[in-house]
Amino acid sequence: MEYSVVMSGFGGQGVLMMGELLAHCGMKAGLNVTWMPSYGVEMRGGAANCTVVLSENQIGAPITGTPKAVIAMSEPALDKFGSRLPENGLLMINSSLVCKDNSTYGQNGIKTVFIPTRELAEESGNEKMANLAMLGAFLAQTGVLELERVKKEVRSFLPPHKSNLAEGIEKALLKGKEYIDSL
Amino acid sequence: MTEKQLLKGSVALAQGAIDAGCRYYFGYPITPQNDIPEYLSAALPAVGGVFIQAESELASINMVLGAAASGKMAMTSSSGPGISLMQEGLSYLAGSELPAVVVNITRSGPGLGGIAPTQGDYMQATRGGGHGDYRLIVLAPNSAQEMYDLAGEAFRLAFKYRNPAMILGDAILGQMKEPVMLREALSPPQNSPWALSGAKDRQPRLVKSLYLKDGEMTVHNLKLLDKYKALQEKEVKVEIDCPTRCDLIVVAFGSCSRIARTAVDRACLQGLKVGLVRPISLFPFPEKAVREEAQKAGRVLVVEMNTGQMLEDVKLACNGNSEVYFKSYPGGAVPTPEEIEKEIEVIVGKGGLRHVNSS
Repeated sequence: MEYSVVMSGFGGQGVLMMGELLAHCGMKAGLNVTWMPSYGVEMRGGAANCTVVLSENQIGAPITGTPKAVIAMSEPALDKFGSRLPENGLLMINSSLVCKDNSTYGQNGIKTVFIPTRELAEESGNEKMANLAMLGAFLAQTGVLELERVKKEVRSFLPPHKSNLAEGIEKALLKGKEYIDSL
Repeated sequence: MTEKQLLKGSVALAQGAIDAGCRYYFGYPITPQNDIPEYLSAALPAVGGVFIQAESELASINMVLGAAASGKMAMTSSSGPGISLMQEGLSYLAGSELPAVVVNITRSGPGLGGIAPTQGDYMQATRGGGHGDYRLIVLAPNSAQEMYDLAGEAFRLAFKYRNPAMILGDAILGQMKEPVMLREALSPPQNSPWALSGAKDRQPRLVKSLYLKDGEMTVHNLKLLDKYKALQEKEVKVEIDCPTRCDLIVVAFGSCSRIARTAVDRACLQGLKVGLVRPISLFPFPEKAVREEAQKAGRVLVVEMNTGQMLEDVKLACNGNSEVYFKSYPGGAVPTPEEIEKEIEVIVGKGGLRHVNSS
């Protein structure tokens, strides 16, 4: 079973970090993983994205034309990547920033979930953790990895000088999960 | 080190060089390979090594030549235009029979080009962009683990054959992060019998590439040829994954082979009989493996992120005995697995009919 997700948004929203944490935890869980970032000119244009693939088998392509899920943290990201979802894909939208009408999405069996990431991050105690609230929601929605597994590996992921962020990250991840549970 | 680490390909390569014993790096910045010097600028001094950001690519490659002449494990890295500037030095390294590793994390061209992933430097790497009758050892990793492993292998081969080796990667391989298992680090090489280490208490040694006496250059060229033949006999690296009865083989290298891998797997799940041959050493090219698998299948699809460069080596290997198809993704275009899968279906579809007729 192979799972591929495209995480996209503005540079600075932490989409690359969100993907890297997922890949790191997948590796720690014994899966094969790839993390492929956008780079160079795309960053200068203000957009960032990465593709994460997790699999029990050897991974071929680190990129895909048909991801299982797309996370859109911004409206340009939604416009660019939302349309790549195949039938029955999962679309997770940052509703704190994207104000598109719900009805536009959810065709072809695509499941669309709106996550108020900023509000959830604020509730968790740090509004900068919106990306992690989204990741928590993504994990709860998909079950790709156990939230507990991810929380456990936050500290092995962070460089030593950023270890003070671990608790805040764990709280934001949990907020995202709780939001999905409440739906 | 017993646990895998999630490493960027460029960082894996840089650490692989250090763990192989490399202690000398000379380079000049260019995208998309800057992660290599960035990492080494901190990691090399930490193990007592030398990191120099030179004033140019010409300076870099000639510093590498100097370090290599004194028997040290030295490397440089660059991308397309910078590698072009280094060609004179590469020719001198080959002519002087000096070991060194040069990394090309390619960018599309010609000219200043773009920074997107490409395989447009295959010809330059395998045929030599410098003057004279020489070859580089050329290795093409397709994962972060291979970026790490082949950095060490490139040094091993370079020292064994006293010949410069190139690692040919691209931005996908440089930027992608994957789990990497590090091996036990080796110590830098000691006292090579040809190295210029100071002639006190021994006969002087000579490292040169100038041969003016009558017939001298021919002798030197034939000596180099023996090395290239030995490489072709002993050091070919290739990954072959072909079912017993195969209707098509796909040949791809580097990052493109990862995408082809997924496409071939999906085609096989559909019941198509498709194999994959992945050259890991581009020189020496796995001519025999390609010829044999192509002959069995009768048809070959070459997929490259250029307008057809390895294609020529595949055609030479097939020598007109197999149908060779080509799918081109030049100038920074990256295929999706879906696109290659569709191409496979079209070709096997054509031949499927032939199989029905012949049976």
